[in-house]
Amino acid sequence: MHTQARVMIKTALMQLLASMLLGALILANSELQFSHRLILWLPVYYHLLMVGWVTQLIAGVALWMFPVISREQPRVDERIGWVAYGALNGGLLLRAIAEPPHAAGPQRWSAWLLLGTGGLEVVAGWGLVIAIWPRVRQRTAARSSGGA
Amino acid sequence: MPRVSLFFIRSALLQFGIGATIGGLLLIEKGFSFWPAIWAWRPAHIQMLLLGWIVQFACGTAIWILPRLNAAGDRGDLRPVWLAYVVLNSGVLLVSLHAPLRAFTLDAWLGWMPLLAVFCYALAIGAIALHAWRRVVAFGA
Repeated sequence: MHTQARVMIKTALMQLLASMLLGALILANSELQFSHRLILWLPVYYHLLMVGWVTQLIAGVALWMFPVISREQPRVDERIGWVAYGALNGGLLLRAIAEPPHAAGPQRWSAWLLLGTGGLEVVAGWGLVIAIWPRVRQRTAARSSGGA
Repeated sequence: MPRVSLFFIRSALLQFGIGATIGGLLLIEKGFSFWPAIWAWRPAHIQMLLLGWIVQFACGTAIWILPRLNAAGDRGDLRPVWLAYVVLNSGVLLVSLHAPLRAFTLDAWLGWMPLLAVFCYALAIGAIALHAWRRVVAFGA
């Protein structure tokens, strides 16, 4: 497993842990009501789980195990994958900083951070598409041993 | 990777890109309120990323990677998988377009769209299960 796949999968595991802790807090709060603002973290919880964990795990595993492009160039330029990795995790971090305060009371700084988050999520999405797309392929006839 | 998996996974990637783009626009709208009509696309964001991306990607990869039926590498009848591909994407399209069309036309008769989408999803999952069931076997079985 190459470095990029390992980093993505380990980061995904950390995001799973973070989302579980946040989810547990939100669930406990629904009964114990120790903070009326914790519910504002619900969208952050969903995105940590579905983007930080599920999507990042899928991307890491796909970049590891999907068919290579060729022996000489097994993967797309890895810089694209790193940009997507940075944008995905940076976007989630910015979201966690900006979205709950913005939901409590919109402010200029939180609006600009949400703009940055939105941009980073778009960059992450299309970056991963560009990194994975050429790896979604049938084996060439010379390398196939039947069934491709 | 069989051709049907290529279709599943590439369609999943496209829906991931589109779903992420809608999500990004929703976040920017949340900050600056520049285009309130974008909220009609929130169901599309959710459906494209949950069903169109995650479920579709998992199905495409499973069809590729589950154990073959025999030593010749036979995957069995792939027609149910093609059916699943068509109805799953039809379902996502129906739900995605429902809210924007309703906001645009203000007609109630579009309620058939999510109902038909539910039927499409059930048919897709049934067809995938029908194909994959026999391939979920112990190593060497």
